[in-house]
Amino acid sequence: MDTANSIKEKLTQAGPGYTDSKYVATGYGRVSVPYADKMISEITCHGKGAAYLFEAKDCTVIDIGGQDTKIITMANGQVVDFIMNDKCSAGTGRFLEIMANTLGVSLPEMFDLASTGSGISISSMCTVFAESEVISLIGSGQPKQNIAYGVVESIINKVVSLCGRHATSDTNFYLTGGLCESDYIIESLSKKLGSTVFSSPLGRYAGAVGAALLAKSL
Amino acid sequence: MIDLQLPEKFEEFADARKNGFLKVKEIKENGGKVAGIFCTFTPLEILDAAGITPVGLCGMSDETILDAEADLPKNLCPLIKSSYGFAITEKCPYTYFSDIIVGETTCDGKKKMYELLGEIKDTHILQLPQGIDRDYASKVWKKELYRFIETLENKFGVKITDEKLRDAAALRNKQRKLYCELFELGKLDPPAIKGFDMYKVIEGAGFSFDVEESCNKLRELIDSTKKAYDEGNRPVDKDAKRILVTGCPLGGVLDKVVNTIETSGGAVVCLENCGGIKPNRRMIDENTDDIVGAISDRYLGIGCSVMTPNFKRLELLPELLQEFRIDGVMEVILQACHTYNIEKYAVKKLVNDNGTPYISVETDYSKSDLGQMKTRVSAFIEML
Repeated sequence: MDTANSIKEKLTQAGPGYTDSKYVATGYGRVSVPYADKMISEITCHGKGAAYLFEAKDCTVIDIGGQDTKIITMANGQVVDFIMNDKCSAGTGRFLEIMANTLGVSLPEMFDLASTGSGISISSMCTVFAESEVISLIGSGQPKQNIAYGVVESIINKVVSLCGRHATSDTNFYLTGGLCESDYIIESLSKKLGSTVFSSPLGRYAGAVGAALLAKSL
Repeated sequence: MIDLQLPEKFEEFADARKNGFLKVKEIKENGGKVAGIFCTFTPLEILDAAGITPVGLCGMSDETILDAEADLPKNLCPLIKSSYGFAITEKCPYTYFSDIIVGETTCDGKKKMYELLGEIKDTHILQLPQGIDRDYASKVWKKELYRFIETLENKFGVKITDEKLRDAAALRNKQRKLYCELFELGKLDPPAIKGFDMYKVIEGAGFSFDVEESCNKLRELIDSTKKAYDEGNRPVDKDAKRILVTGCPLGGVLDKVVNTIETSGGAVVCLENCGGIKPNRRMIDENTDDIVGAISDRYLGIGCSVMTPNFKRLELLPELLQEFRIDGVMEVILQACHTYNIEKYAVKKLVNDNGTPYISVETDYSKSDLGQMKTRVSAFIEML
């Protein structure tokens, strides 16, 4: 609620054009925005936002989010199917954060390390077990870059297997969300998917852009 | 009068639970016998004919899961853990007062849990055959039913005659036809009843100790719901998307799944799960000479994912999609339920090939993934 109110405050400061417009709330916090005209899930918003940002009406959107990883199929600018990670956090951004923390580096640092590493694979499918696997690897003296490589590989594999269960082979892939500024992630995903993954630094705002577009039609 | 002991911790229980215990105790003190059951494969007519009351023991809350995990692995289906937990903590009156527990060789988790349960309760396991399309499968199952009859006759000193079985089949048919009539209310547009309420009605009837009485109540409820609908009462929004729910048993996740759908712009108009349509459309030919054979056939044809091949489920689903004019299918997977989790591949394909959107959600009995559930459900309904 505090976050929602402070956003409102900033919008008010930004000018009158913002205060008399419609509001769409999205994401896990969408239920905590008292002034929202409508709540729309982040899947719909990411899909719409990506279709707009990348000017692609038929495509597959990949979002590796904090709590959920989602693969969204767009046809003619509409979400027609999506698949998400199961109940556990394996394969989500949260997994990467926890692993970076265990390695004592930031996320961008971990991706930099990973790009020079090789040879390690993290076999545990569960975040908790994977963490102890990483700790064992640190203990055994493995270079950090190799462990970082294993961590990123593990999430890429998970995402690719979700795509395999879901996406058709002739689709274009677009990455949205917080990881779209990582060239290493985009490269690794492209390699494993066998298809170029497109993205842009603006991709991190796809959810917000989608929500704004949907608010426009309210 | 029979002298029955209450559990040691009885005084610590909340009032509702205490009342449950006292109710079952009273039934037993008046000479009633109780059989704890877990599954729609349990042949109710045989228990009815023996004068034994069947009561479902499937655990529906996470309250006892930690206790269960002292003996059972963590990555096991919550229904199995919860049920076992209620048995060892003596918190469920029905488990506690069961004279016999009846299980079947369904999923691996349940089979092995029954072995542990057998150490603390008198347990009878029916060996459910696979490959129901092979001619000997029905013979095996029928033999199992005869063996079950013999066990009950010896244990309880009763005689289970064909006549009693026929009467029981007639009464259960009557009850199932009423369930089906209740399900029909979901076919209306908009439906005359919420999916959540529909499930609660069926669940409540399962805990009624008098089948005839439960039939009367069902009749009244259906009639009054229809009347209210005819008079313009609309409990469900006309624009709500018509959802079919399939997959694992729903008892423990009803609120999290069905209520979330129905508060996110959807209406659950058809429950295919084992508490819903799947078993209840199947009647027994009560007039046949071979009544045990008729009972056997009825149960063997239930399309549960523990069966391989499981064509019965894949035959039923397309019929339901059409009859209930389904906008979207949501499959519920309880964590670590391998059979439904794997079968969802075939179900998704079948449903999508039918032109209907499909989503599967994995969940357990905790409250921790309510946010995840809401996000998935909302996104699915927005997509329809």
